[in-house]
Amino acid sequence: MSPVGFVWRNLHRRPTRTYLTLLSVVIAFLLFGMLRMLAVWFALGGSDIAGANRLVVTAKYSIIEDLPLSQQRQIAAVDGVDAITHQSWFGGIYIDSRNFFPKFPVEPRAYFDMYREFTLAPESLDAFERTRTGAVAPAALATRFGWEVGDKIPIEADIWPMRDGNRLWTFDLVGVYTVADEFAGQPPFLFHYDYFAEATGVLGSAGWYTARISDPQRAGEIAKEIDQLFENSPNPTKTAGEDELARAFAAQVGNIGLMANSILSAVFFTILLLTAVVMHWAFRERICEFGVLKTLGFSDSRVALFVLGESVLLCCLGGVIGLALALLSFQLDLFADTQFGGVTLHWPTVWWGVGIAALLGLVVGVAPAWSTRRLTIADALRRS
Amino acid sequence: MKTIIDLADVQKSFRKGREEVDVLAGIDLRVAAGEFLALMGPSGSGKTTLLNIIGGIDRASAGRVRVADQDLGTIKQGGDLARWRAANIGFVFQFYNLLPVLTALGNVELPLLLTKLSAQQRRGNAQTALTVVGLADRAKHKPGQLSGGQQQRVAIARAIVADAPILVCDEPTGDLDRDTADEILDLLDILCRQHRKTIVMVTHDPKAASHAQRIAYLDKGRLTEGAA
Repeated sequence: MSPVGFVWRNLHRRPTRTYLTLLSVVIAFLLFGMLRMLAVWFALGGSDIAGANRLVVTAKYSIIEDLPLSQQRQIAAVDGVDAITHQSWFGGIYIDSRNFFPKFPVEPRAYFDMYREFTLAPESLDAFERTRTGAVAPAALATRFGWEVGDKIPIEADIWPMRDGNRLWTFDLVGVYTVADEFAGQPPFLFHYDYFAEATGVLGSAGWYTARISDPQRAGEIAKEIDQLFENSPNPTKTAGEDELARAFAAQVGNIGLMANSILSAVFFTILLLTAVVMHWAFRERICEFGVLKTLGFSDSRVALFVLGESVLLCCLGGVIGLALALLSFQLDLFADTQFGGVTLHWPTVWWGVGIAALLGLVVGVAPAWSTRRLTIADALRRS
Repeated sequence: MKTIIDLADVQKSFRKGREEVDVLAGIDLRVAAGEFLALMGPSGSGKTTLLNIIGGIDRASAGRVRVADQDLGTIKQGGDLARWRAANIGFVFQFYNLLPVLTALGNVELPLLLTKLSAQQRRGNAQTALTVVGLADRAKHKPGQLSGGQQQRVAIARAIVADAPILVCDEPTGDLDRDTADEILDLLDILCRQHRKTIVMVTHDPKAASHAQRIAYLDKGRLTEGAA
């Protein structure tokens, strides 16, 4: 039996109480891990590959406002812009709202020229370009739903019904594209912009433009030049790097980091109170034993350390299990079917979690440890 | 024979509210190494207080307390005194005071956590101490699975495992039936005679006291001696 073993055995004095307390700490740290994963995901813009050589042009005041297609030619003419294409947010539900994946109407050839981390076979790209109702899907999505080229993919519109009021869109899957390994986001389901514009009657506008620039060092300068072009027009723009756009989108959802931290503060405060009460009970029912330990020759500080060790061990164990479960949720791809694909647990989050767990243990244990230290043997033995 | 416990004019008083209560009023006591002394006296006579002072648990208000070649008044309270206790005194309590979360072996091994022995050596020494008290076959039992007599044997094994020269026993048979009490007293006899342990035992029971080589009576804080 080692000193740590002794602390461990003391934790098993009342197993039900210990395991219930441990469970509450585990749940708190599972929540911590998952919320921090999401907060970091939002802070990073949802994708690690946000290209430095791509700028995104959106409406100045809200990214949900459309921009006229007439701006495309003007942007393409700006010095330093090599290529440009447009995309729009379609929304839509495939069978069930839980089957979330992004769906964009795009210009087929221009899109794949812009996103070179996506690879579509030339014959599939040709088919995509020629087929008005054609669509292409990332390989992982096709595998997930068992789609094959030639299948008809029904999507129920939630934002964009057809002109005749019909909400059921049907696309012909004409190709499956592969995605480079380093892409961490959720690749979209793509269909023909012309079909989208014709069916909805929303002609001449798009959600946003993506422009490839020749020199990433000039990104700021080029972005400014684009925005100046439309400054006094009915459709002023806001141009930024792709990662900034993602962050702007997150900001529209709300300050995720603040929300996550507020929830976690409330959770940890509750856990602090709960664990403190448990440790206080554990201290009171063992006063005589502390006297015995001191009688046997354990110093006041050493006995206090045993008490502190119990709370730190309990909180650290709960923290590590909670963080491991959060990590497991990522490993099992529990986020894969949501818009949070690519969420991961970063090491700084793990270290913060372990640090918070240790701190929680110290804060909870310091009062009973101090009382233990001050306890005289004669007083303690009188409790037997 | 060498004197291992030497108390000269030991006084102890407690403050009770505004009142100062004298518990020990000038105790002189010498105990030789390897001697078995019984301390008797009515409740509240100061027996346990005297025992606590000898064991380094409590401090005398005045007088000199020299135990195992150390003047206890000169040892710093806290870590130093705790180390001295670990090395020199084995305690046996009336209600055994074993830790319920540990097995008999774990309880006996506990004082050895303060030594530099390896885990294997600690376990070996604890097993030997349990063999000495006749409980080798109960090593893996927890206190709740042992009888009162067996628990007291484990407590005695815990008191001797670090080879402390002095055993301080506070009513070691007070919670036991006659036969079991006799077994415990026989064990203390053996430890005194064969293992040369010095034993100071507080008891109310004259039959228990008769096992000692010498009996000291304490009444109203004063000591008188009698022969066993």
